[in-house]
Amino acid sequence: MSVVLEARDLHRHFGGVKAVNGVSFAVEEGEILGVIGPNGSGKSTLFNCLLGQIPPSAGQVLLDGQDVTGMKPLELNRRGVSRTFQLLQVFPQLSARENLILAGQEHIGSRMKRLFGKSDAGLTDAANHMLEQFKLSHVADLLAGGLSYGQQKLLDAAMAFMAGPRLVLLDEPAGGVNLSLLGSFRERLRAMNAQGGSTFVVIEHNMDFVMSLCTRVMCIAEGKVIANGKPDDVRNDPTVIEAYLGH
Amino acid sequence: MNQPHRVLPLALGLLLVAGLAGSLLQPYEVYLISLWAVYTISALGLNLTLGFAGQISLAQASFVGFGAYATALLLPHGVPFGVTLVIGAAISFILGILLGFPALRVQGHYLAFVTLALATIAFLVFRNESWLTHGTSGIDKIARPFPFTSGVAYMWLCLGSLALVTLGVWWLLRSPWGRAFLALRENPVRAASLGIDVRTYTLLAFAIGAALGGVSGALFAPLGQYIEPSEFALPLSFSLLLMVVVGGSGTFMGPFLGAIVSVALPEVLRSLQDYYLLIYGIIVILLLVFSPDGVVGIIARAVARLRPAAAPVEPTP
Repeated sequence: MSVVLEARDLHRHFGGVKAVNGVSFAVEEGEILGVIGPNGSGKSTLFNCLLGQIPPSAGQVLLDGQDVTGMKPLELNRRGVSRTFQLLQVFPQLSARENLILAGQEHIGSRMKRLFGKSDAGLTDAANHMLEQFKLSHVADLLAGGLSYGQQKLLDAAMAFMAGPRLVLLDEPAGGVNLSLLGSFRERLRAMNAQGGSTFVVIEHNMDFVMSLCTRVMCIAEGKVIANGKPDDVRNDPTVIEAYLGH
Repeated sequence: MNQPHRVLPLALGLLLVAGLAGSLLQPYEVYLISLWAVYTISALGLNLTLGFAGQISLAQASFVGFGAYATALLLPHGVPFGVTLVIGAAISFILGILLGFPALRVQGHYLAFVTLALATIAFLVFRNESWLTHGTSGIDKIARPFPFTSGVAYMWLCLGSLALVTLGVWWLLRSPWGRAFLALRENPVRAASLGIDVRTYTLLAFAIGAALGGVSGALFAPLGQYIEPSEFALPLSFSLLLMVVVGGSGTFMGPFLGAIVSVALPEVLRSLQDYYLLIYGIIVILLLVFSPDGVVGIIARAVARLRPAAAPVEPTP
């Protein structure tokens, strides 16, 4: 399998604080890589460096072998990289369906064609299919701002898949989702991974969720990778237990 | 009142009613209806920039001025009115793009000050460059285009132009561009992560809003048949801002209703003589205190009360 995303000796310093301190890893096509670590370990900074939100102090980010270090989120999105954020980022004044259409519309035709073409950019069917996948069909026409937190979280995740991304980075997708929804949410993410053939990188604090979803888990502590391997191996790694799991 | 496809017939119906009523009224009322149509076009432009794309502008009066001066200066040289209108809109469109560049770096109050600077510069150009603009003497005897020379005929031209602009804005807002503008206003970071080119859409929001200001100015000049610089100074920018906010910023009908308040309310209160501005100010403050989403908000709440409540939606199991 080919390597989709690679970080080479990535550093990000804030003054004297080394938030990311020489992180290297690779993600192969179709993998679901979980990134775990205690609070303040540098996971979100690593995500932000990978996604062009903040430039790394040193090191390289490669997408399909091409150097994309410091590339802006817009450009990365055009290259097939999609993401969700730690905090909810749906558009509350649009309906659930329109949120999904918005998430995919910029990948359809030219800007002028979009102006003079169909108002839904021809994405209503795709949006309906995505709503079905995430069990949101019954709220398709409701404003996103009026949905429950769990529904908004599902919608937020669904938006990341509308453009048929090659690589999806999910920042704490299970955060705040009702326990009764978690199981089906995990299955939906698995199905998206299997059907869409896209590669996932997932930051998550919920250990059960990440261990059961991911094909590989990487643990970060104090800006460094301290473990990287199969979920069970990482779960039982004494270094990880000491740094993160605490038991 | 926030869904363009639902309220388009309402907006067009309002124009038709205004036109039919104007045909039966006195010349001054006909002038007021024409002025309402002209201001509504400009407010629709500002509503795109501010209400939908979230970019504040205090320079809308300047774009009205560019459109008005383009028409007033070119008409005597035999340039057809339609062409002067397009030229005025094009000048405003280009200057709108230039004004949009600072918005890529500053937002909120800082952006307001940048646009304030443009408004001040534009006013100084209108006032001081007498060789071109005739300075404070202004330009008079601006001819109305044939066959719209009478007050009523020109009112229909203004209302017809507003109808076309309304259809254009409706089309824009229902297109993916409208959705992108809203995303730009709500959350530019998320918008960029979804592939929305925040830079281009910011510039387009300013440029299209400014171009509609130019169209409005092109119609404004022959309406009073006289223009002078103070008409395009800051008070007009604030007045247009007031129309958008009082009507309901970011709603399709907001500019139509805000412009009615802005044009009609002073006339209604004029009998109070020296106190009318004071009372007008108090009414506007009370309106915004009790309905921050403007007149549209009041109407939307009234309509919601009349409708039966929808059943709550259960979360997905």
